Formats: sequence, C-alpha cells, structure tokens
Amino acid sequence: MMATEREMEFAAGLVNLAAATADTRDLAKKIRQHALRMTNAGGGSHIGAIYSCADLLAVLYGGTLRVEPAAPQSPTRDRFVLSKGHAGAGLYAALAERGFFSLDKLATHYQDGSELCGHVSHELPGIEVSTGALGHGLSIATGMAYSGKLKSAAHRVFCMLSDGECDEGSIWEAALFAGHHGLSNLIAIVDFNQLQGLGRTSDILRLDPFADKWKAFGWDVREVDGHDHNLLQQTFAEVPFASDKPSCVIAHTTKGKGVSFMEDTVLWHYRTPRGAEFEGALAELEVA
Amino acid sequence: MRDAVVRTLTELAPQHPEMLFLTGDLGFGVVEKFAARFPHQFLNVGVAEQNMSGLAAGLALEGHSVFTYSIGNFPTLRCLEQIRNDICYHDANVKIISVGGGMSYGPVGMSHHATEDLAILRSLPNMTVFSPGDLWEAAEAARYLVKQKGPAYLRLDKSAAKLNPREGEAFIPGKIRTVQEGLDVTLAATGGILGEALRAAEILAGQGIRSRVLSVHTLKPLDTATLITAAKETGGIVSIEEHNVDGGLGGAIAESLMECGVVPRFFSRIGLRNTFSSVVGSQQYLRNVYGLDAEAIARAVSAKLVRAVSSVA
Ligand SMILES: Cc1ncc(C[n+]2csc(CCOP(=O)(O)OP(=O)(O)O)c2C)c(N)n1
Repeated sequence: MMATEREMEFAAGLVNLAAATADTRDLAKKIRQHALRMTNAGGGSHIGAIYSCADLLAVLYGGTLRVEPAAPQSPTRDRFVLSKGHAGAGLYAALAERGFFSLDKLATHYQDGSELCGHVSHELPGIEVSTGALGHGLSIATGMAYSGKLKSAAHRVFCMLSDGECDEGSIWEAALFAGHHGLSNLIAIVDFNQLQGLGRTSDILRLDPFADKWKAFGWDVREVDGHDHNLLQQTFAEVPFASDKPSCVIAHTTKGKGVSFMEDTVLWHYRTPRGAEFEGALAELEVA
Repeated sequence: MRDAVVRTLTELAPQHPEMLFLTGDLGFGVVEKFAARFPHQFLNVGVAEQNMSGLAAGLALEGHSVFTYSIGNFPTLRCLEQIRNDICYHDANVKIISVGGGMSYGPVGMSHHATEDLAILRSLPNMTVFSPGDLWEAAEAARYLVKQKGPAYLRLDKSAAKLNPREGEAFIPGKIRTVQEGLDVTLAATGGILGEALRAAEILAGQGIRSRVLSVHTLKPLDTATLITAAKETGGIVSIEEHNVDGGLGGAIAESLMECGVVPRFFSRIGLRNTFSSVVGSQQYLRNVYGLDAEAIARAVSAKLVRAVSSVA
C-alpha cells in the first residue's frame, strides 16, 4: 500500500529532491566516518576507493534511489548494483544509515563470523548482488534492466563502476548489449577517479576518449563533478537522458576525497588507516 | 540430443512464460522455430558469453527461468567466474546448455572439445550437473530443468546411445539408470559414450562376461547408493567418459565410494588421460585414437577382470 502511494508520488514528480541536499552531505560525511572506523578496526583497505564514491552513494541513498528500508525486496524498488565491490564498506554504511540494518552491524565489518565482508555481500538486506571480481556488475544490472523492460516495470537499475574496472572486456560486452537494446531504465555511473590498483589509468591502460566510447556504444552520457551534491541530484533526476538509450554518468572524482593526505594517491587504495593517520583523518572529516 | 532438448523447451515454453532462452549466437538450424514462436522468450545476446552469463543471473534474480546456450567450452569455461560468482553464489535460476560434449565436434579441433567441463562445473557449489546418454534422458533432463529452480549444467553430446525407455520408465534426476543388468562387471558411463559402453558389453557377453551398464546421467548429485550396490554385487567398476579422467565421472565415483568405505574388486577409469584431443578426425575416429571405443573398452575390461581374478586366486 505504502509502496504504491510512494510510487505514484514519484511518478507525479512530487518529491522535492533538492531539499535533500543538506541531508546527503551529512550522509556522505557519515559514510566516510563509518568507513574509516571500519577499515581501521578490521585492518581493511580500499578507503581511497570508498571516499571516491562516498558522495555518489550519499546522493543515491539520500533520495535518488526509490528504495524502502522496511521493504528491501519490494518489486517496485530501484535496483542498485555496486560493481566496484571493493567499496563495500561505503555501501554498508549508507544502508545502515538509511535503516536497512542496524548501525551496530557496521562494527562487525571484517570480523570473524560477520556478514560484512570487504567486498559487498548480498547476505545483507538492501544489497542486490555480491561483487568483488571487477567487471561483473554491469552484466547483472543489464539483465535486471532487460527484465524490467520485458515487464514494462517503472523501476530503474543503477550500476556503479570504477574506471580501472573498465579495462575488463566484460564491461564492454554489457555496454554493447544495453546500447543495442536501448535499455533506458539502466544507468551506469562511473567513479572516474583516474587511479586504479597500481597507478594512473592514463599510464596503465588509457581509457580516453572515455565519454566517446560510451556514446559509440549507444549510451547517452553526462560528465559531472562526482562530489557536487546539487549537480548529482539534478543529473540523477533527469535520467533517462534519452528515452531510447541507457544513461551513463561519468562522475569525475578524486580518490581519497575528504582526507587531504589520502587524496589522489595510489597508496590509499590498499593502506589501512592506523594510529596518527587514523586520528588525523577522523579530525579532518569532523570539521568538513 | 540438442534437437530433443530444444523440442522439449519449445513444447514447454507456452506454459512457462518466465522461461527465457539466451544463445551466444549459436544454434543455426536448431533455435529458429523457438525464436519465431516465442520471440519474447528468446534472445541472441551475441558472441559474448561473459555478458550472457551475468545477464542470465540478473534476469534470474528478477524471477525468470533462464537457459543459456552455446557450444563446447563457450558457455562454461569462457565465463566460469560469472557462473561461479553471479549464478552459483546467488543460487540464480540459470541452466547452462552446452552442445558438443566431449569430442562431438571432432574435426573442428580442440577449441571446440569439452573435455574438462564436467570436472570444473561439478566442483561449483549449488550446481546440478546432467550429462545424458541418450535422447530420452536429454529430453527428460530438459523437462526437469524447466520446472526445477537453481543453477544447472546440461551437457549434450552429438552422439547418443540408441536406447528406448522401458515401458513406464520414469526419468529420476539424481538417480543412476541401470540400462543392463549383469554381475561380472559394472560399466558406468556418462554422456553419449554410453553407446560405446553398451557395444562393449555385447563384445564382453561374447566372452561370457555379463556387464551391468549404468547411465550416470546426473553427475551431481551423484547416486552413491547405486554405485555401492554395483561395487558390492559386481566384479569391478569401470567408469567411461569422453572427458579427462581427473575430476570427471571416474573421479566422482572414486571419491564417493572411498568416502563410504566401499572398495570395488577392481576400479578403472576410461577417458582421456592428461590429454588435449589434438588429433584431427570424427568423434568416432577420435574415440578409436584415444581408446574410448567399444573394442578398446572391452579389451581394457577383460584384461582388468583377468588380473583381478588372478590376484584373488
Ligand atoms: C577481476 C579482478 N581483478 C583484480 C581485482 C583486484 N582489484 C581490486 S580494486 C582494483 C583496482 C581498482 O581500480 P578502479 O577499478 O579504478 O577502482 P577504484 O579503486 O579507483 O575505485 C583491483 C585491480 C579484482 N577485484 N577483480
């Protein structure tokens, strides 16, 4: 009953997304704080990759995604697939903040017997699929979107990729398919931070001209600042960008965003925040 | 087998609107009728097996019952990680059909020979593995898979044993089918090579050796009870597969019997041994080359039997 009403509200465009900006900034801050504590306590890595997409996650879970924490399996929900599964802690934090599960659970990340493994796990409510091996998510999301088309369903499927992940050929198989079938209910968001595991994407495997690649595969592309909440909200409110094409949002981001010494460094892809670095990062996030 | 399976799927598609058939651009002359009759249940995803498998998982998570179709190693090894992570880990309702089991595509070459697929696919959690030996088993396995939920692999051979089901015989998934009774030796075969096993049994019968012939159409879960009985009642067990013996049918039988503490009087695995099928020729020719034809099987069995008997004496 609730879900249907909400859906009608959305359809009528009555939800004021802009009003949520302050909330999404606050959510992003909390995601960063949780993720820092989680990787610190668990000895985990990928904090840079999480900070890179924390604002995107906050905007998505702060209003863009039509999801119901009380009904995580509702058939009308928007689907979200985190293909860059190594940012699991960021997604867990967003979901816990939105009430999909209790915040206490976050403390179990990486711990013996926990459900919160480093790479995102579908054992948790609100998570559609487990990922971790790069290059899988877009195909799964594409299958979900194709199903949505077959059923003429109103929900959308969002999939977040990372740029190094686009080295994987399977991403382009899926991109080709989605473009061919004009899956306008599919939105790929690329966390384009220009760093990958061991260095700069431009040095390791050049992706440029990146937007042109997606366009050539039949997608409608927007390039945005992936840390600008207003712009992200506006952009997501406008999907699909074309009625007969999948949408691609290339979000220009900074890996490690939010903590000065982590920003745009490869080191913080793997390094665990500990000791003075942990304290320093916490302090920076607090005043942000 | 392929035609029998596609015919079955075509028959069942109207009652199962949730069923989708995805092909990786293969099935010329086989899938057209299905595609024409059920355009909304058919999809050629192109030559992109990784995407086909991930896509299938996504579709299955949305409630569809998805078949993926291709030949040889393309729908299996090429996209193994998608099968493992996306399909099996999510227990997604995806059934993988591979035509060209073993060396069905003989002269085409090793790229098209599936000779490790059973070992690899059966090692995946949540996966059910079918490898039918005749047309009836193939069609019945397909019928079962339409209704069954969860990941499965259906390996189809170009060759098939020429058998008819007995009056009123039911296909029982997960249960070995005894196609011939005998007490001297058990020939346990999987796939179309069951035909060779039956001919080997005839040759052996000429030598006064009565073979029990089993069709292991379901490799996983494996019917251990029937194997234990065979180990106890017959003079020995020979596994026969058009596949490398490591981890295949022979491996599966050995594992399950050892674990149950049942040791057959003798045990022998007939199949490829650490070999790529690099010789050029028809499926039958290759069986001869690699010692998998009826004569070679009969020779191996009688030699083993003699040795087993003399070592007992
Ligand atoms: C198939 C696969 N290969 C390698 C890895 C190991 N790995 C994890 S993250 C990463 C690099 C990630 O760079 P990018 O995709 O740009 O993501 P970012 O961390 O910058 O968001 C690698 C190589 C993996 N998880 N999956």
